[in-house]
Amino acid sequence: MTFLIQVLRISGPYGLAALAGTFSELGGVVNIALEGILLSGALGATLATHWTGNPWIGILAGIGAGMLLSCLHAWAALRHRVDQIVSSLACNFLAAGLCRFILKLVFHSTSNSSRVEGLPDWGGLDPFLVLFFVIVGLCQWIVYRTRFGLRLRAVGEHPQAAESLGISVLAMRFKGVLLSGALAGLGGAWLALEQHQFTDGMSGGRGYIALAAVILGRWTPLGAAGAALFFGLAESLQIILQAYGVRVPTQFVQMLPYLMTLAAVAGVAGKSRPPAADGIPYSSEQDR
Amino acid sequence: MAAAVLLSSIVKRYPRVTANDGATLSVASGSIHALLGENGAGKSTLMKILYGMARPDEGVISIRGEAKKFSGPQDAIAAGIGMVHQHFMLVSPLSVAENVALGCEPSATGAAGLAGVWDASKARADVARLSKEYGLKVDPNAIVENLSVGEQQRVEIVKILYRGAKILILDEPTAVLTPREAGDLFVTLRRLRDAGSTIIFISHKLKEVMALCDEATVMRRGKTVGERRISQTSIDQLAALMVGDLGACARDACAYRYAGPAKTVLCLDSASALGPRGEVALKQVTLKIMAGEVLAIAGVEGNGQRELAEIICGLRALSSGTLKVEGRIGYVPEDRHRHGLLLPAPAWENTLLGRHREPAFATALAINRQAARSLTAEILKDYDVRPPEADQPAGAFSGGNQQKLLVGREISKLPALLVVAHPTRGVDLGASRLIHDKILQAKAAGAAVLLISADLDEVMALSDRIAVLCAGRVVGQCARADAGIERLGLWMAGIGSGDS
Amino acid sequence: MRSVLREARWMAITLLILALALTIGTLALKQSPVEVFRLIFSQVLFDDYGLGQTLYKATTLIFTGLACSLAFRCGLFNIGAEGQLYAGAFAMTLVGLQFPGLPSIILIPLMLMIAAAGGAAWAIVPAVLKAKRGAHEVITTMMMNFVAMALANYLISAHFHEPETIHTAELPAAAGLPSFETMFGLFQGSPVNVSLLLAFLIAAAVAYFLWRTPTGFEWRAVGVSPDAARTSGVNVPATTIKILLASGAISGLAGSNFVLGYKHYFEQGFASGAGFLGIAVALVAKNNPIGVIASSLLFAFMSQAGLTLNRTIPREMFDILQAAAILIVVIAQNRLGGELKK
Repeated sequence: MTFLIQVLRISGPYGLAALAGTFSELGGVVNIALEGILLSGALGATLATHWTGNPWIGILAGIGAGMLLSCLHAWAALRHRVDQIVSSLACNFLAAGLCRFILKLVFHSTSNSSRVEGLPDWGGLDPFLVLFFVIVGLCQWIVYRTRFGLRLRAVGEHPQAAESLGISVLAMRFKGVLLSGALAGLGGAWLALEQHQFTDGMSGGRGYIALAAVILGRWTPLGAAGAALFFGLAESLQIILQAYGVRVPTQFVQMLPYLMTLAAVAGVAGKSRPPAADGIPYSSEQDR
Repeated sequence: MAAAVLLSSIVKRYPRVTANDGATLSVASGSIHALLGENGAGKSTLMKILYGMARPDEGVISIRGEAKKFSGPQDAIAAGIGMVHQHFMLVSPLSVAENVALGCEPSATGAAGLAGVWDASKARADVARLSKEYGLKVDPNAIVENLSVGEQQRVEIVKILYRGAKILILDEPTAVLTPREAGDLFVTLRRLRDAGSTIIFISHKLKEVMALCDEATVMRRGKTVGERRISQTSIDQLAALMVGDLGACARDACAYRYAGPAKTVLCLDSASALGPRGEVALKQVTLKIMAGEVLAIAGVEGNGQRELAEIICGLRALSSGTLKVEGRIGYVPEDRHRHGLLLPAPAWENTLLGRHREPAFATALAINRQAARSLTAEILKDYDVRPPEADQPAGAFSGGNQQKLLVGREISKLPALLVVAHPTRGVDLGASRLIHDKILQAKAAGAAVLLISADLDEVMALSDRIAVLCAGRVVGQCARADAGIERLGLWMAGIGSGDS
Repeated sequence: MRSVLREARWMAITLLILALALTIGTLALKQSPVEVFRLIFSQVLFDDYGLGQTLYKATTLIFTGLACSLAFRCGLFNIGAEGQLYAGAFAMTLVGLQFPGLPSIILIPLMLMIAAAGGAAWAIVPAVLKAKRGAHEVITTMMMNFVAMALANYLISAHFHEPETIHTAELPAAAGLPSFETMFGLFQGSPVNVSLLLAFLIAAAVAYFLWRTPTGFEWRAVGVSPDAARTSGVNVPATTIKILLASGAISGLAGSNFVLGYKHYFEQGFASGAGFLGIAVALVAKNNPIGVIASSLLFAFMSQAGLTLNRTIPREMFDILQAAAILIVVIAQNRLGGELKK
């Protein structure tokens, strides 16, 4: 049981980032900025908690910071039709620099913030875990039951068709990216509040692995969460192996999720299909 | 009674072309009205304006006597207008009901509805009801990508009816249908008219228009040039209106005659090939083309024409049979943007593409830019490409000029076999004529030409022999002189008389 | 000629915007912009050491920037320069350690060849997956980066490290590229070395290859439109593999600056993100190999200025400026490109 909770705790931030990626890509926008969004979410949460002493406000700030960065990506990619990979990579560079800058200004350190309050337990339950399960269910429900979900999938798959029915493609895509920022921002807040501090580069490649989880999860929220769980399990493997006295170099265990992703991409590419208009900038007929 | 649709003096200018130049269209309520015109006459632009997808620079739209300004399709939909686009606007991984409901999804009842949930079962029931009411057989639960083209078109029509549209625009709806499917469509359309709908039927196929419509408006070069009641006109009259000057367009292919020695250039024997989805797209095709001969492949698109071109050009493998080509191949693919040109690259690099390994244009370590530029200048001049700038990116030329550049490049290779697919689609009249002349000149110089075209007039104007593909088979072939419209029509429907 | 002028104007505008941003940032930190710019000029631009450090940093970036721009130009978003760099540098170091007796004239070319081969080898998996399975190179090259870093760390810490350090044993003296200081007495105290010339050479070679040779033309055609390239007879999958391998080989050479020209050993994490920064360098250079030299200098200068000014304003300010430079350039580029297309 404790092991399971351990796995879930490790998987959570991956899971939220993977959900974030799923929303963005379902709407047709590739979002490599997840890494930067996690980071800015973590910093936002740390700062707000540090200043107010209330981790719940911290969570809101983390979500806000994530949305702010995703706005920049959406602005460049949707408004200016910059290549989505390029624009989101630029966001990552920006987030890395900005976070270090603010860390230094506020905490006078290049490596970590001072300690902040975490979320209090809910009768022995980690509130983040509860939140996580609710959010996964909510996401699945949004995508497959709501009007928003249907329209989002339509603009990611065939934007011209959506526009011909009077749906604003750019507005839908913008909402998808914004939601993506909120989810990954929350993931960042989770990272920071679990560890009670912000450390430089604390996203540690999770945003990139989340992209792989999006693919493995075949662009569905449940699938993405499942894939994230799988990665969390791989990471926890290290801990079990140590418990049983098996000595495997830590670096090999670290490599595991990356190798699994490679294997998955190699095998999955033929079977699973991304949204047809994923990554393709859209310009409305009206603008021409 | 006010006309259901009245478009008056519509003008729409694009940066490089004026698509509509004072077009006027009046459609009576409860009628099927044909909008006729050649490719590039401005029909699609006019309909985009009526459907709110483009804003007119001048002119007035009025629907049932009421002046309207559409800022997007949603306004046109609200005014009771629906459109079936030539390229279907369906989201393929979604179900029929989801596609139909998209954009005006019924809300679920109660709290769920307030939370943004839509009622999928109501949408399914509505689709089933509409489908029954109008005899449009569709399964609401089917996933669109698994449907045939004809079924997808029915989904498009249901989609429009679902929105309560009383004015239906159909953009070249039969271009992708088999004759049988087209017949079913006509039955549906008549039924809709009799139920009070107004239908605008865009086409350049005169026979269909004569069979189906009540009235016709003809467009040419962005202007409407005439309006006729179908009962009081004839195919010839409409054709004359469409083309404007019949004499200049009817072309005597005999003027271009090849005088060299007889030689078989292309020999295809019982060739079969798979299509992109692994289906058998070509079945036991046997064809021969001699030097100095144009063989036209006519027929409804999507019956193996693309695969035929691709196996001949070595872009697709044969699954059985043999292929022999004597000499070099020139290929003008049907999608010039995707397969023909490098749009951001300058014109001279585009002429170089495919010839960049020829000693005349490059050694292993250096491209001869001089040679490539001067060839390009020659083509630009010869084909009257404007502006004649070898350094301008291909994408900056207009469609007709891009096509001339592409045809020029392929013919400049002096190919033994020239494969051209839909060479004048979406190309203005002047450029079309020039391209036709150049193809015939190449033939007279000894090239064997395989012309793939859905445009029967083009087929009749250029070919020496005609073959018809249907469902991947050659249903029949004959000399042009023996090819009546009736006979070709039967072949296109798959009713063959064998080779003759 | 006109295009060169336009590029130069672009560069100037970008610099101006960056200078403005720096001024605003400095004011926000209640520091004097005049003092900041005085320091930039006196300690970075017109200082032997500062300029040398800028050139030294630029050298690695030119290699990785070229690797990225070559791949981007040809339509492949290889973001695996970081991993390819480590693979090349590590392979080069191992081989160098095996042959202590060889003279420089043989050993150095051999090591460079191995570095290129190592970098290319690290690109094989993404290349084949892309060509055969259609797996997107962004995901695969990214994963290979992480694998490379973990693997290098393992190999160093478990097998090859010198006691108490995180680097390998020192290479034989014959495996050293001379610094400009020992050769010409220039840039005293700075490790800028002959591999900068190698970087210039490769930039020129890449530019010539892409725009003057038929093979380069084919590669670019694949980048612009794989369908059109295929229709004109280019073998697209084979070309895809070649492009990624070439890009990997250039990244692999990037390690020569540090390993051959500076420390003479392989150290964990020595590149400190130069592979990732190569992506930014390529983007700002609009994937032009000659532009890569200019944009590498810009990025190296910003990083050196950040270090030099760290006591006045936090050097992270310059990280932000780097990101701003990317955004400015890509947005401006798309605005101009958009006008041309329509």
